[in-house]
Formats: sequence, C-alpha cells, structure tokens
Amino acid sequence: MTKFNIFSLIKNSLSYHENWEQHWRSPEPKKEYDIVIVGGGGHGLATAYYLASEFGITNVAVLEKGWIGGGNTGRNTTIIRSNYMWDESAKIYEHSLKLFEGLSQELNYNIMFSQRGVLNLAHNVHDLQEMSRRGTAIKLNGIDTTFLNPEQIKEKVPLINLNGRYPILGGLFQPRAGSARHDAVAWGYARSADKLGVDIIQNCEVQGFDIKNGKVQGVKTTRGNIKTKKVGIVCAGHSSVIADMAGFNLPLETVPLQALVSEPIKPVLDTVVMSNAVHVYLSQSDKGELVIGAGTDEFVSYSQRGSFDVIEHIMPPIIELFPFTSRLRQLRQWGGMTDCTTDRSPIISKTPVDGIMINCGWGTGGFKATAGSGNVFASSLAKGEMHPIAQPFSIDRHYDGYLIDEAAAAGVAH
Amino acid sequence: MTQKNRLPKGGRINRQKELSFKYDGKNYIGYDGDTLASALLANDVHLVGRSFKYHRPRGIMSAGVEEPNALVQLETGEYGEPNTRATQLELYNNLTAKSQNCFPSVKYDIGAFNRLISRFIPAGFYYKTFMPNMKGWMFFEKFIRRTAGLGKSTGLPDPDHYARKTVYCDVLVAGGGPAGLVSALNAGKTGARVILMDEQNEMGGWGLTSPNMQIDGKKAIDWISDMLSKIAKLDNVQVVPRCSVIGYFDYNFLTAVERVTDHLGAGNGGSKPRQRFWRIRAKQVILAQGALERPMLFAENDKPGVMMSSSIRTYINRFGVLAGDNIVITTNNDTAYFSALDALNAGAKVTIIDIRKDLKSDLLEKVNEKGITVHKNSAIVNVKGAHRVKAVEMMKLSDDGKSCIGEKREISCNLVGMSSGWTPTVHLYSQARGKLKWDEQRTMFIPDSCQQNVQCVGGCNGTMDMSDTLNESAVSGVKAGKLSGNKSVSATKHKAVSHTEQPPRNLWIIPGEKPITRDRKHFHDFQNDATVTDILLAGREGYLSVEHLKRYTTTGMATDQGKTSNINALAIMAEYRGLTIPEVGTTTFRPPYSTTTIGAIAGEAVGELFEQDRRTPMDAWHKSHDAVYEPVGDWSRARYYPKNGEDMYEAVQRETLATRTSVGVMDGSTLGKIDIRGKDAGKFLDLVYTNVFSSLKSGFCRYGLMLNEHGMVWDDGVTARISENHYHMTTTTGGAGRVYEWLEELHQTEWPEMEVFITSVTEQYAVATLNGPNSAKVLSKICKDIDLDNEAFPFMTFRNGTISGIPATVYRISFTGELSYEINVPARYGLQLWQEIIKAGKEYDICPYGTETMHVLRAEKGFIIVGQDTDGTLTPMDLGMNWIVSKKKPDFIGKRSFARIDTSRQGRKQFVGLLTDDKNIILPEGAHIIESKSIEPHVNMLGHVTSSYMSPNCGHSIALALIEDGFNLKGKKVNVATIEGKVYSASVVDTVFFDKEGKRING
Ligand SMILES: Cc1cc2nc3c(=O)[nH]c(=O)nc-3n(C[C@H](O)[C@H](O)[C@H](O)COP(=O)(O)OP(=O)(O)OC[C@H]3O[C@@H](n4cnc5c(N)ncnc54)[C@H](O)[C@@H]3O)c2cc1C
Repeated sequence: MTKFNIFSLIKNSLSYHENWEQHWRSPEPKKEYDIVIVGGGGHGLATAYYLASEFGITNVAVLEKGWIGGGNTGRNTTIIRSNYMWDESAKIYEHSLKLFEGLSQELNYNIMFSQRGVLNLAHNVHDLQEMSRRGTAIKLNGIDTTFLNPEQIKEKVPLINLNGRYPILGGLFQPRAGSARHDAVAWGYARSADKLGVDIIQNCEVQGFDIKNGKVQGVKTTRGNIKTKKVGIVCAGHSSVIADMAGFNLPLETVPLQALVSEPIKPVLDTVVMSNAVHVYLSQSDKGELVIGAGTDEFVSYSQRGSFDVIEHIMPPIIELFPFTSRLRQLRQWGGMTDCTTDRSPIISKTPVDGIMINCGWGTGGFKATAGSGNVFASSLAKGEMHPIAQPFSIDRHYDGYLIDEAAAAGVAH
Repeated sequence: MTQKNRLPKGGRINRQKELSFKYDGKNYIGYDGDTLASALLANDVHLVGRSFKYHRPRGIMSAGVEEPNALVQLETGEYGEPNTRATQLELYNNLTAKSQNCFPSVKYDIGAFNRLISRFIPAGFYYKTFMPNMKGWMFFEKFIRRTAGLGKSTGLPDPDHYARKTVYCDVLVAGGGPAGLVSALNAGKTGARVILMDEQNEMGGWGLTSPNMQIDGKKAIDWISDMLSKIAKLDNVQVVPRCSVIGYFDYNFLTAVERVTDHLGAGNGGSKPRQRFWRIRAKQVILAQGALERPMLFAENDKPGVMMSSSIRTYINRFGVLAGDNIVITTNNDTAYFSALDALNAGAKVTIIDIRKDLKSDLLEKVNEKGITVHKNSAIVNVKGAHRVKAVEMMKLSDDGKSCIGEKREISCNLVGMSSGWTPTVHLYSQARGKLKWDEQRTMFIPDSCQQNVQCVGGCNGTMDMSDTLNESAVSGVKAGKLSGNKSVSATKHKAVSHTEQPPRNLWIIPGEKPITRDRKHFHDFQNDATVTDILLAGREGYLSVEHLKRYTTTGMATDQGKTSNINALAIMAEYRGLTIPEVGTTTFRPPYSTTTIGAIAGEAVGELFEQDRRTPMDAWHKSHDAVYEPVGDWSRARYYPKNGEDMYEAVQRETLATRTSVGVMDGSTLGKIDIRGKDAGKFLDLVYTNVFSSLKSGFCRYGLMLNEHGMVWDDGVTARISENHYHMTTTTGGAGRVYEWLEELHQTEWPEMEVFITSVTEQYAVATLNGPNSAKVLSKICKDIDLDNEAFPFMTFRNGTISGIPATVYRISFTGELSYEINVPARYGLQLWQEIIKAGKEYDICPYGTETMHVLRAEKGFIIVGQDTDGTLTPMDLGMNWIVSKKKPDFIGKRSFARIDTSRQGRKQFVGLLTDDKNIILPEGAHIIESKSIEPHVNMLGHVTSSYMSPNCGHSIALALIEDGFNLKGKKVNVATIEGKVYSASVVDTVFFDKEGKRING
C-alpha cells in the first residue's frame, strides 16, 4: 500500500498522478469465507478492518448491495461525541472517540476528525437539571465536559442569539467532540481492510441465508452463494429486512431522518451546536456549508427520503437561534433510514441463529460509534463471545427490560 | 459612461430607464430589464470571480440558473447576501455587488498561489495529507476552513420578511417557455384550475433567446405575447413569474419560491414580502423546464470570455448585449450555428470550430454564405489570455477523436461560445422518483416512467423540434385538464419552421496537445474546480460508482448542483470503465432544484411568530406584580414574586413559609386538561392509568399514574368523574400535548371500537389554587353556594358553584399537603377570579406564589414531579407507589412489562429522601450518589439527586434522590458528588419531610 503523505503526493504529482494505485480492489466473491460481513457501511467496513488488523482474520468478505458508504454512513451530519449519560453508552462511545482520535494515522487516510467541540444548550430549568445530571455522570466517567454560562457561550459562538424565544441559560461543552468526513471514514477503513486481504464486494446484495439446524452455512447473494460459518449483519436501516431473511425479528423500527446544507460561506461557526428545546443542531463543514440536522418522520419507511414538513419545520428554529441564516440559501437536502430501538441504544448481539451476530439499532446517532462499534463487533465475531463493552447491548434487553434508555435521557440523539 | 457591448437596438430591456450600479467599487450603467450579468457584459466586464480551489479567474458562463462562476456578494450590511448568481439577479438602481473568493481583488488575488501548486492538489489530495497527528490536522484545518467557503454571511438578522402560501390546483405547469405556455393554455381551456410558474421575470423561455424563429406564422416573440393574452383571458389560469419550482415530493406535492420584491432592490419591498414560499398540491403536473446546454471539455475552457453558445444568443436577443465582437464558437451539434448567425447579424466576426467530421447541414451553407469560416473536425486545444480570452489555439482531430493532430493554429478572439449538446432538465421529474432512460443518439437522459401524475413536455422531455414540442404540449395540457376532472377539448395545433438536426459527434473529452493527464486543465465542474483528470484519477483509484466519483472529486456538489457537469462526468467515467452511460448509472437529484433562501422556507414563523409564548389569563396581574417568569414547555409561568429586592431564594423562602402559615395562591392554569366522554370512557381510563377509574363515583377525584409500554412512569395527574360518561383529566403542564396525542393514538389504533371522545380543554379553563390552613376562610368569603365543611365537601371530591358570580368548579385536591382548593373557571374569568381571591385574602395576608415555591412545598411532602424526579426509567414501585398499581385489573398499559426480569428485580434505583449532614448545604440537583468517599476514576455511581431545596418549614435543606436499592439504604449514609468535584455526606431518609401524618390536609 502506497503510504499517503506529502512526499508520495509530490512524487505522484511529478508523474502526473498516473501511478496511484486503486484504494481497494473489486474482487469476484470467493466460494467461501471465514467471516462474511453483510453491509458495507462504516460499521461493516470497520468490523472487517479490525478483524484483519487486530485478530488476524483476513479471509473476510464485506458484501455491499450498492456502493460502500452509500447508506447512512454517507448521509449523516458527522457529529462525533461521547457525552452520553448512561455508563454503558459512555463506555462504547468513548471507546469510539478514542479510536477516532488516532484513526487518520492508523488508516493513513485523512478522515478529517476535528475536535472543535460540541455544545449542548439549556433553555429552561429542566434542561439545566438534566445537564447537571448528565454533566456530573460524564465527569465521573472520566470524560471531558464543561458547563458554560451564556457569556462563555457567546464567546465561543458569537453569532448565536442568546435571548430568543427560549433564552439560553447555559450549555454543556465537550471539547474533544467534533465532526469528521463521513465518506473518508468508510473509504479509509475500506482501503486498509483491502490491503490486509479483506474482499470488499460491491453491488452484491444478500438475499437470503443458508441455515441448517439453527446454524448458518452461508449466504445467498445476487452474485451467487457464498459459504461461511460466521456472519456479521451490519445493515442499519435494512437490518430488520435481513433479520427477516434469517428468520428472526428485531425490536426496532426504521424511520427516515433528514438533513440539509446551506451554500458554502466563510467560517461563522467552529463548534457543533445542539439544542433539544429549540430543535436545532448544526455545524459548519470544512467546505463552508452549514450542516443542519432535521428530525425523523413519524412513519416507518425504507425509502431514503423523508417528508418536506420535517425540513420546513427546522428552518424557523435555525433562524431563531442563528438569525443570520435567514439570508443564506439551502443547497441540498437528503434523508437516510435510521434503525431506531425503543431505548435509542444499539443492538450488538448474538441472534437466534448460531453463527450470525448483528450490529444495528444505531438509529440517528451511530456515525460517532463507527470505530468503537466495529472494534467490539470484530472482537465478538472473532471470539464468538460478546466483547464486554458490547454485552449490555444484547437483543435480549428488549425482552428482559435491561434497557439503556437514552431516549428518556436525551430525546433525539445525534 | 458607455456600455461598450450594448447593441444599438433590440432586447427586452427598457432603454428609457437607466440604472446605475456598482461592481467591485466601480460605477456602471445598465438598463431596466438587465440582469447583473447582462449589465456587466454590456460594460465589457467578464472577469467576475475566482474559482473555489485554484482561484482561477472566472467569467460569466451562462445566462441562467445553471451559472457556476458568476456568484457575487450582493450588497453590504443587513441586506448583504453571499453567493448570488449574477445571471439571475435582476438589476435595480444603485445595486452594489462584489466578486467573491478573492483577496485583495479579483484581478490580483493572493489565493491564486494555489494555481502554482495546482499540480500537487488533485481531487482528494486532502485525504492523503495534512495528518501528522491530531494537532497537526487541526492546525492545517484552520487554514483550510479559512480558504474554503464562497461568500461571506452578514452575521446579522434579516431585515426582510417572507410569506408562505399553500394552494391546491388541477394542473401545475413548471416552466413558461413555448411548451409551458401551450400546456397551460390547453389545460386552461378544459376549465382546470391551472398555475403556470417560471423562474424568470417574464414568460417566454427559449422564445426570448430566439425571438425571430417562426411559430404559427409569427415571430416567436410576437407569438409569445399572443399566447399570453390568450391565457390572460382565462380566469382559471394563474401566471406566476419569478417563481422557481424547486421540490417535487410524494402525492404531487411541490414547492416553489417566488421572488416577490428582490428585483426592486434591497429594502424597497415596502410592505410586501421579499419572497413567497409556495406549497402546492396539484392533481396533475406538467414539467416544461426545457433543457440546459452542456459545456465542451477542452483545455482551459474556464477562461473569462468562454461561455455557453446559447448564452451568447440570449445576451444578444434578450438583453441587446454582444458580449464580444470577435467570436469563436465551438460545437458538436447544430444549435450553436444559430448563435453564430445571431452574433454575425449583431455585428460580430464569427468563426466556428465544429468537432464533427463530415457535415452536410443546410446550416453549413447558410453560414458559409454569410462569410463565417467553419473549421470541421477541429478542436480547441488551448485558450489564451489571463483575465479575458485573447485567442484560441486549434488543431485537427484524429479519426477516433482521441488525439489532436497536425499544425496548431491560433485564432484571435475575445469571446468563445461552446456547446456539447443538451441535457433535459429532468431534476424535478427525478425528484418525483420518475425513471429516466438514456437516448444514445441524442446523448441525453429523458423521462421514462413515473408513479406520480406528471408529464414532461418539450426540452424537458428531450423533444428538441419546436413543432413537435408545441403539439405534444398541447396534447399534454388537454390530457392533464381532463385527468384532473375537467371537460375534454381538442388540443390546439401548431407549426413552427423547423430545422432537421444533424447528428452530434460525441467526444466527451476534447483532446489537447498532450495526453490528457499531462495536458492543461479541462474543467467539467467549474464551480468546484473539478477537471477531467480528476475523474480519471477517481477511476484509477477505484472510486468507480457515480456517487463515489461525485464525492471524491466533489463533482456536482457545488451551488449549481452540477447542472452543467453531471452528464459530462458520467460519460467520462463510462468511457473510462468501458461501460455504457446507463450502466454507470444516473445520479440522484436532490431538492431543491435551485438554492433557496432559508428565510423563505421558514416564512412568517420567525421572531414574534416563531413559537407562541403562551400566557395564562392571569398574566396581566403577574406582570404588574413583578413576577419573575420561567419557561415551562411553551408556557411562561410566574416563578416567584420578589418583594423589596429579594432574590429568588429569599422570595421562595417567604412564599413557602407564608403558604403553610396562612394561605397562598398559585396560578395553575397551565396544567393540562383533557375532557373525556363516551360510554367507554371509564374502561378507557382503566387501560391508560395503573389504578381503577371506572369504579370512581361521580363527583369524586382520583390521582392517577400513566405508564409507557415499558411500565415506566410517564405522566400523572388528578382525574375527576363529572358524570357517568364524563371525566375531566389533568396532566402535567409539559405533558399536556403529549398525553393528548397518546390518548388519541391509543383510541384510533388500539381500541377503535371504544366510544370515547377526547378533547383538549387546557385553554378553556383558568385555575387558581388556594393552599394553606386559611384557604377555606378565604374561599368562603367569595363562594357562598358551596358548603366548605370537611364533611360536606371532603378531600378528593369536587363541587360546582359560583365565585363572585363566576361559574366555577372547585376541586378539593392538594399538591402541597395543605387544605387546598383548585378553582376552575372559564378562561375569560381567570383574571377576575384571581383579583377576587387576592382581595378576599388580604386579611389573611394571602401570598401569591409561583412554580418555584410549588416545587418546594410538594418536595416537603415527597410528591414527585414527573420529568424531574422521574426520567422514563422508573416504575411506580421504584417510586414507592405500589399502592397505585391495581392488582385486580386484567390489563393496563405497562402492566406486562412488570413481568420483565429487570423491571421486577430487587435493588433497582428507588426514590428516597436525603438529608445532608450539614443542614445548610443544598445539594445541587444532578449531583451523583457515589460508592466511595472521594471521586476516583470510574467510581461507581449509585444514583442522583432529582430535587433539592432549603425547606423553611423544616428548617433544613431537603433533597429527593434516586438510588440503587434506596429503600434498603434508609438510615444509612451516602456520598454525594457534584460536578465541581465536591463530595458531601448525607443520610437516606423517607421522602416525606413535613407533616408525616398528613394531618394538615383538612386544615
Ligand atoms: C440524516 C442523518 C444524520 C445523522 N447524523 C448523525 C450524526 O451527526 N452523528 C452520528 O453519530 N450519527 C448520525 N447519524 C446516524 C449514522 O449515520 C448511522 O447510525 C451510521 O452511519 C450507521 O452506520 P452503518 O455502517 O451501520 O450503516 P450504513 O452506512 O447505512 O450501512 C449499511 C449498509 O448495508 C447495506 N445493505 C443493506 N441491505 C443489504 C443487503 N441485503 N446486502 C448487502 N448490503 C446491504 C446498505 O446498502 C448500506 O451500505 C445520522 C443519520 C442520518 C440519516
């Protein structure tokens, strides 16, 4: 693998960039793999990468029905943070954040993770109470967080309107949080996994499983049958469809979530700003676009688009909090299908089928977990036993009640 | 000041009305009817900006919405606006604009340094470098951020206002060119309600660019006004200019944005909105948006002075501007010949470079006759000039078109027109989820099939012949009218003088002097500075799918959304992969079709009208008595009433004490109130509450807990049975909307067979709550027709009566543990009721108190506040409220979840009281109960403090908390850690701190 750095860039410039190698191959599927990963999103690719890099398992295929990163990985608003309230969540998201901190170097691919911080706003006494509780829990979990008063918020985010309809009373700031380039995360993992021997097979849709006596024997795809004794399903919005093929149900619903961007402008906003009371979350990308998260639709859908009213209802709050945005223009909007569990926590779990494990339910907020989720899922697949960080996220919690209720804790999580 | 390039006559401009404007600090004159782009070109200004990445000088490339280059910073101060397309900006007097993305000026731009290093920064270079470590990247990122972005935001609030409009129609026609006009006329004749929208300031579309074309025996320009007057006679057809249809969603729901007063100039809109956002539900849609010309991908095709060949024609015919007098037009198809002829007629010298080999067009003879030289089988290999085209260099093409051969010839010129064919504007069709098919002969994606009620006509449908366009539009118009339920009429018939097109030659990449990777830059996406070699690099590196290609090279991601670049990029990738274009795929077109002002989408719902600040009927009194407010949901509630400079703590201590000593009154109007009626109302309530309501006697009240399906406490409140089939439910203030929707949903989806009617009546009643030992005395002064005796009017019942003549319902319920009356009156009497109470209470020093005191009073009694003491993870048992969970009822929401292992296990978090060792310490709410005495990394957290106050009635601080296995910890000490890192010692106690026996409830 050509090492990417300024020297290789210059060297290749001198040969007119004619000699760059492909970042990943487009191999034909083999007859059999040790492990098959279904779904070539960030989580699936990360899983394959860690299987190869940490566990030396390289006879692995990632099967993607479209193009890698084309699901929610390439559609999200790229917020990365670990300031979650419940211990179980804090553990996995912080594990992920730590991996993200060194990921560009590890993958030798600039995923542009920049720690410009995430600011959550409080607009009423209830928000402040919640923030105090969450802030204390986060601190006790050893994760960075600070409480900012309105003046400090204004200093950090000069264009914010402190005294709108719902005045800003304070905020919780995580300095190490930030955003990254979503595509690069998928591509970086793909490139490194490929170099370690993983086959990334695009345009290959899984359409069924070969299961005998409750044990998986292989997968049926649009590019033929592939034998394997271990399958990891990482299909986000399509998880329930795939689970259905394997004969089990998932306690989740798939709903559309939308986002939009403005035309690019010169920098006006460094940190990510989120407000539950005013229903805003936005950041500014390196390209200069304001990246604005909208809400979920209330109906179940597998089509990668949402309703217009969700988009139109996000505009007044954005203007309320950032009045200058009124004269900017919206450039583009899009939607993804988010796999939401009732407690808004993921499922990383064994399944009723021996040999099949599933990693899903990340819903509206799993981009930040890409590295951590891939890492613990790889370990679980390799060892056949759930990684300790993954254990609390078993499917069973939806039956036995051991919920990790981030929905109750924070509303919509991104 | 002369307008050097303005033709002596012609165009749709009003030469009587001169407008002065300023561009990059210099003053110019243009005419009414100009766009900023046409006015600049009239003044021979071509250089208008610098490109995004390489900071290359750029000029005006088109005359419309597809413009990638001419984005300007419009106005300054509060009316300032970045990234405005000069080609769509109608000129107004005193307009001021500047070039963007350049410093210090568009001519001398420091950023142009990037051109020198352009070789080292191909597509995706940033993925390969800037990453020594986290810090290093953050360092580089600062510079990257500064250089990225296009224009500047003002940072100021928007002084303009916007409007929104929702309409229904039979037929929506998007696009007012010849096709749209004929469609609208024919649909209109069926009697259908028709809306015709066009993004330009006047209807006519292509007809305005080619005004001399013969249609139905007339010049196109006269034919258009003829059509418009016919349409004007139909009352059922609405014509909306300056209105872009931008979104096409499910069930024929479309959005459009109308620029109502933008053209009058900043601040000149008067009382009219700046823009109006249209939400349209149309039974039938006709898309007549035309087609967009594609640029030709030769070396240095981005120099100022290189523009689309049809735009040269538009500027001549529509604006009376000849953008250059020595023109080279290069093309692969016939349409550019018409531009050449019009330019020649306007007085320019014209040369044509046609990449086609054997040309047998009648056009060829025609232009030759007029003295235009046509170089066949030739291509431009270089464009000379820095800030403006000076000359082009031309060579012959090899047979396969893959390379250039022979001598290089230089042709001097000051304007280059290019055309590489046409792309139907299928964006909206594609948004509607219409399928496209590839037409290989004409190299275009054309509409195929769509689930929605939509037809495409004219250019948008790939129909390039004018007669065909008009006739298919007429038929479509009639069809749309009929399908939307109107009468059938016969379609109008049309005839235009047509020209038979010769086939184009498809060379997606125009070869240069050197192999493409080593040649000068051939741009395909001008705004994002993406070149042909970027596409090839993406291919080489494995970014083969269209979406990877787009994302890796940023093709199509600019503010023009790839209107001129998508097809070229797709074709080059197809060629690289040896596939056909449809095999490579199409890209998805995402709304909006063109960029849309955020303020317009928000409409009126900003500022005061953002979200209503709800106030109770008693608000005027609170305001005049210096209440300090707190937002609760969307209500503003009085939090406390400071006297003599008290702070909140002092005021609340006083109010709390006064209430228990004598009497206090609180405005409880915000409490959620839901009226529930019907013969199954009792049964219904039995399912939504944990306890039984069907057995409640009329005239009685009961406190109830609502759970979610996980068995977790979700809302609470007192519900009274008014009569056999009629209940009055109360909810928390914040939960009112939620609970109401939940009940409706349950009724509609789970138990539709039940006869229940659920009505929100929160705002129908004003509520004053009297509390304290003297409350009966105060009430008796103003209420004569209710016997307040404890036996006649016991706790948990209600009575109807009158209070100072006002009809009232008085509930004997209590959230403070005191003798208490909740008085409900029709909302309009709220203020009067309040004043009567205050007056009557005077002799008892009645104390009005707010939400904060209410919190302290209820905490003294250990009453929960749902949402503060609960967080959606607590069962009634966790709260020590086992008594409220019916053992007898076969089912209620949440019941099944009690059987879950986790829900029924021992040692869950439980609701307890806390007393700090130091009675003056008020624990911060949110502080955590931890296992050890000091804060160590990964210390075990056992729970948290949910409520905490200084209790004046107890004489010490009190706190409520949720602690693992809390019930068993009673009497034991725990450690409480705060966010600041302090640790306090406290004992776990019962939740009732005051009046443990509950004696005060009867006064
Ligand atoms: C608008 C939006 C904004 C968001 N914002 C944030 C945010 O700010 N921060 C954050 O942390 N998270 C955010 N998220 C959530 C985040 O995007 C997802 O949780 C995360 O990307 C999921 O990654 P994944 O790899 O599991 O899924 P995906 O990227 O969706 O990958 C699943 C893959 O499986 C493939 N697949 C499906 N079926 C099959 C089959 N039968 N055979 C083969 N392959 C199949 C799909 O094509 C897809 O590529 C957002 C999501 C959306 C939609």
